[in-house]
Amino acid sequence: MTEAAAREVVIRLRGIHNQFGRHVVHESLDLDVYRGEILGVVGGSGTGKSVLLRSIVGLQTPRAGEIEVLGTHVRTASDAERRVLERRWGVMFQDGALFSSLNVRENIEVPMRAVKGLDAKLRHQIADLKISLSGLPYNAGDKFPSELSGGMRKRAGFARSLALDPEIVFLDEPTAGLDPIGAAAFDTLIRQLSRTMGLTVFLVTHDLDTLHATCDRIAVLAERKVLVTGTMTEMLAVDHPWVHDYFHGPRARAATAETQMKKDA
Amino acid sequence: MPDSPNAASVTTSQTEDATHITLRGRFSLSDLSDLVAQLRAAKVAVRVDLTDVTRLDTSAAWAIVRSETHAKANGQDFSVIGASENACGLLQTVRAAMPVPDIDASSRKTLVDRIEAVGRTTAGFGKFLMELTGFFGLFLARWAGSLRHPGEFRLTALVHHCHEVGVKAVPIVALMAFLIGVVLAFQGAVQLQQFGAEVFVVDLIAVSILRELGILLTAIVVAGRTASAFTAAIGSMKMREEIDAMRTLSIDPATALFVPRILALLLMLPILGLIANLCGLFGGGLMSWITLGISPGMFMARLVETDIWHLLVGMIKAPFFALIIGVVGCHAGMQVGNNAESLGRQTSASVVTAIFAVIVVDAVFSIFFAEVGV
Repeated sequence: MTEAAAREVVIRLRGIHNQFGRHVVHESLDLDVYRGEILGVVGGSGTGKSVLLRSIVGLQTPRAGEIEVLGTHVRTASDAERRVLERRWGVMFQDGALFSSLNVRENIEVPMRAVKGLDAKLRHQIADLKISLSGLPYNAGDKFPSELSGGMRKRAGFARSLALDPEIVFLDEPTAGLDPIGAAAFDTLIRQLSRTMGLTVFLVTHDLDTLHATCDRIAVLAERKVLVTGTMTEMLAVDHPWVHDYFHGPRARAATAETQMKKDA
Repeated sequence: MPDSPNAASVTTSQTEDATHITLRGRFSLSDLSDLVAQLRAAKVAVRVDLTDVTRLDTSAAWAIVRSETHAKANGQDFSVIGASENACGLLQTVRAAMPVPDIDASSRKTLVDRIEAVGRTTAGFGKFLMELTGFFGLFLARWAGSLRHPGEFRLTALVHHCHEVGVKAVPIVALMAFLIGVVLAFQGAVQLQQFGAEVFVVDLIAVSILRELGILLTAIVVAGRTASAFTAAIGSMKMREEIDAMRTLSIDPATALFVPRILALLLMLPILGLIANLCGLFGGGLMSWITLGISPGMFMARLVETDIWHLLVGMIKAPFFALIIGVVGCHAGMQVGNNAESLGRQTSASVVTAIFAVIVVDAVFSIFFAEVGV
């Protein structure tokens, strides 16, 4: 990693304020995400991790604050600017959010249909490539979402979010509900693809193993803002009670030990 | 040359011993067709130059790797030069992930397949009828069981469903029947006036409403309202494994869920039919009074002269319709799988099946009553 100052900021959040009724979720929240990094966003239940993700991609309008993604101000962008921006990012929802009436290949083709000068056969073949890149077997393309297991749906959702070779992907709990083998494979997949394709990954997770295995940097959401950001090693040194409990709890110790063992091996 | 340095471009130049394909700029999916076309046109000893590429995307990498595989298979020379570290990594990833079609991917349907599909559908229909019959038997058995052990009977649930199925359906059924009465009287009046037989409009209304329309339309409305509600309620319980939980807690789903629902329909549909009859006659009478000047007294006088069997024929059908609607609705609910899509499919299927079955049974009844002469 090059030093932070020299790196390009692709997502810049300033003074984000989100509120539902009287419940304030975010208050003057600031966050920078740099090009090419994998940022893990963690926080307790109800700290608004998903709300933050939804705010950035424009599914939720914050009360106040500036959201700048790839140099475009999301909140004030015109429709045309937004369309351009939406082709440069991909979003993977928690359960894949595949369209149930389309098979996996058609699901992946959905964002490609907007690309001019791409005939159906090529689109088909590129969709097959994305299916295979996301680690699904070839015949998964003909299956409908209801015929897939949870892990396969997530992979298909990931493949769809990568359909247009985005610069940023947003992943909401990519490994939640997967068995440890499937989750580890997904971690490797995210890391490998982000490295080879130069992807910036914004990853919301609860999974400590994912944090250890994939993330370059971790942002902790607590007390309605981004409390700290830093690498895993820096996180271990933070003495805020919640952060300490999170990264030093029994599950965290197991994950740390595992990573340590891998490094030693 | 493109105006912006970032726009992607592909150029082919031919020397005597090689074809040079030079890529420049940022590649995205929209540049793929051009790249594929030029790679395909290139004949021998292809050199792909990636020196000036600012960003290689997976689709461009895929096109290059595909041509490379193709060339290698044909023993031709193919090389990629000037690839940056990232581009090399991407090419490697894509190379490893090149989709290999399954050999038996041919999914063209033959005539035999189509005939087989017809056979399967037919057999499926037979199986469906068997299942419905089985379901009906299950209902009778559990009902009889709860008569023997009254403690197991769910009175609260029955009352609740009577309220849902019966009381709440009264407004819509009453309004519908009233309007049908109005329409019948009005249409009948126009026709009968031509023969000066206005007074027979009373018979027309009485016979058609009491015998057929009152109960049939009530059953159709109830099928739309209640069969779907049964399917949705039981189906969502099935979807969230509540039915399985009941079984493990030794609660019989048939006793707990189906018996109160179907029984409530059995009790309520005749009452709703009666209400529909009353409202239909009222609407018809009102319209006859307005358009034909048949006074309520005269209407009543002619009405009581009609055969009581007209009313009985209608009422006899009510429990049969109730059973059909209840059994179809509960059965469809149990067919729901573990996804929301099947819940929606079963809900609409249960309404269609219930309405269709009600009309078929009504037709069978009218033949039957015509044969026995009532």
